[in-house]
Amino acid sequence: MALPNKPTGELKAVRDPEVEEREVDILIVGGGMAASGAAFEVKKWMSDDQSVLLVDKAALERSGAVAQGLSAINTYIGENSPEDYVRMVRNDLMGIVREDLIFDLGCHVDDSVHLFEEWGLPIWKKNEEGKNLDGKKGQKMGTLKAGAQPVRTGKWQIMINGESYKRIVAEAAKLAIGEENVLERVFIVELLLDANKENQIAGAVGFSVRENKVYIIKCKSMLVACGGAVNIYQPRSVGEGKGRAWYPVWNSGSTYTLCMRVGAELSMMENRFTPARFKDGYGPVGAWFLLFKAKTLNGLGEDFGSSDAAKAELEKYAPYGTAAVTPTCLRNHLMLFEMKEGRGPIMMDTVTALAELGKTMDKKELKHLESEAWEDFLDMTCGQANLWCATDTEPEKKNSEVMPTEPYLLGSHSGCCGLWTSGPDLDWVPDDYKIKADNGKVYNRMTTVNGLFTAGDGVGCSGHKFSSGSHAEGRMAAKQLVRYAKDHADFSPALAQSADELVDIVYKPVRTYLEHCAYTTADDINPNYIKPNGMMYRMMKAAHEYGAGTATFYQTTSKNLEIIMGMLETMREDNEKLAAGDLHELMRAWEIQHRIWTLESHLRHIQYRKETRYPGFYYQSDYPGQDDENWFCFVNSKYDPKEQKWDVFKKDYIKMFKD
Amino acid sequence: MPSFVISEKCDGCKGGDKTACMYICPNDLMVLEPNEMKAYNQEPDQCWECFSCVKICPTQAIEVRGYADFVPLGSSVMPMLGTEDVMWTCKFRNGTIKRFKFPIRTTPEGQANAYKDLKANDIESQLLSTEEADGKAYPQPGELV
Repeated sequence: MALPNKPTGELKAVRDPEVEEREVDILIVGGGMAASGAAFEVKKWMSDDQSVLLVDKAALERSGAVAQGLSAINTYIGENSPEDYVRMVRNDLMGIVREDLIFDLGCHVDDSVHLFEEWGLPIWKKNEEGKNLDGKKGQKMGTLKAGAQPVRTGKWQIMINGESYKRIVAEAAKLAIGEENVLERVFIVELLLDANKENQIAGAVGFSVRENKVYIIKCKSMLVACGGAVNIYQPRSVGEGKGRAWYPVWNSGSTYTLCMRVGAELSMMENRFTPARFKDGYGPVGAWFLLFKAKTLNGLGEDFGSSDAAKAELEKYAPYGTAAVTPTCLRNHLMLFEMKEGRGPIMMDTVTALAELGKTMDKKELKHLESEAWEDFLDMTCGQANLWCATDTEPEKKNSEVMPTEPYLLGSHSGCCGLWTSGPDLDWVPDDYKIKADNGKVYNRMTTVNGLFTAGDGVGCSGHKFSSGSHAEGRMAAKQLVRYAKDHADFSPALAQSADELVDIVYKPVRTYLEHCAYTTADDINPNYIKPNGMMYRMMKAAHEYGAGTATFYQTTSKNLEIIMGMLETMREDNEKLAAGDLHELMRAWEIQHRIWTLESHLRHIQYRKETRYPGFYYQSDYPGQDDENWFCFVNSKYDPKEQKWDVFKKDYIKMFKD
Repeated sequence: MPSFVISEKCDGCKGGDKTACMYICPNDLMVLEPNEMKAYNQEPDQCWECFSCVKICPTQAIEVRGYADFVPLGSSVMPMLGTEDVMWTCKFRNGTIKRFKFPIRTTPEGQANAYKDLKANDIESQLLSTEEADGKAYPQPGELV
């Protein structure tokens, strides 16, 4: 057997890659729901002499958070009002949100849902008797756009047969933007500011994971929509199972890192999401609560959520805790409370729920109900279905455990971290929330860097967009990308770095590897470098133990934060010695850098906010409880790329909509 | 629950224009070993069990084995993706088998209406292109503070 001191991947990296330079007016980085929305919308506004390019790390057909499919669309306004949507999001996120962004999204999201249905996404409907029809049978009721009634599971969610959700959305996106304007399997790793114009985006650099080639792409305006951040904390499963993250394991915080490293302002990075899901398989619980009316029980078999103790606990967090719908973080808080008191585990009582529903149903309806329960998993978390099979769990006969997951960072689900952006340029929106570009104009969803836009998980302070809202937001941003490029038609982007200098940056891990790999007999162990896999474990362990991971029931303290800040500094230094022998490993080397920067921003924000705004998501134990007097505000931060310094500061929360 | 490739069934997509699993995997896990002309999962602990490779494989050579950390042996979940429906076969460890069929799309593949000819007009408005085409107006918010 040969010595294991050679790269293991099939696509070996070489020291000097080919370089391809491109220039377009509009660059879209990402391929998920938001980027696909942008791809659909962008050409409708472009003039014939403008050009566009979309760059995706994976294949558009199955990239992003919806790759596997979804069983529901979580945001459809329908008969509700955008004002009510603002109030729901505001309460769930403990009061501090950007109401202009949320209202604006609520005005557009249904248009995207109507397009999905037109493109072929099967959406469940109610028939004349109020019974549920699946997306195929439901076609006879007409379309949502024409007034057909969706099947609601809760006020905002509608049920779909969503196995091919992303394939359908990607198909329309590709057709609209033109296949020739899509680059797949290219990972953008750094954004580039203009050499002459202060605080102006000018391009991006990345590499192909299929061939040894670096891409340098110049542009006038850019959308960065690469999802949230997953596996920055040690997950509950640390072997093969760490791939079974709740959010897509390939979301590496690139949206936040790419933008923060060119100086874009972040907001609410302290916010995180630790969803309570079926243990280990991470299958969704929403349909069980909302569609099947199941309850969760503590280890003693008690419906702890309805107990007097729970009510008393929630009252501490009024008015959010006492609202009709308990905020997501507080629902977690109640579960954790039971577990810490020694009354775990928490079980979803599927047996009672299905028995109750069975009382009013005939055999055929029951069979259909069982099918719905399984589809909920098979559409979006196939592995949970297999876990039930492997443990002989039939939900009508055996209950399943529920557990809060490791922390995730995102801005589109029940979380709201991300970039600080402009909202719509309307008279009722406070001036404070309008970022003026160099020409004095306001561009919706533009970050504090001129020409740099984001959407989906990237836009902070406005959670609960989900798949449909992310798509709509990508479309909203696309229009502004075109507008910005038109308004800056004379701007010719210039890069400060030469092509060689950029290749040096992108291919540094390859060169480090090639220079040193022969020194030892096993390529993973070498004192001259560190492999991305090793760095991943180092980051996860530090986050897990000091950064309010599951190890401490999501608790941290000022001292713990001080310690991990020191560790992160060392990690950033050691990142200079990352090594990659093949193209897949080079992707991992850049992903881990993106994750580490994202984690640092998250912890800097937690360190700055001296209260516990989101009990159940994390606890700053030196400052338990909410301190509305001092902290009823956004926390924003900015990394200055020139000075290489962080600035963290408060930003006023302005209430726009009445309670 | 990492995907795995059954040696006997995988032909490396030699008749196709691309290696299907390698083309589709969102996490760049599936790769082709060019000498044996067979694919494999190069990083099983980064597999999201999204089944994209299982569904796309033209020879049904890819299946999924539950994560060693927490999934007992003996079960399987297999999709058959058609043009209109997906058929799932779920086999329990105790031998129970359940089959489910769900619709996946209501239009022919490749024919989503991308509104390719739609040219929008007012770039200064708050409307999206299809909203503008439908003659919608951006709502003035009520219930402001």
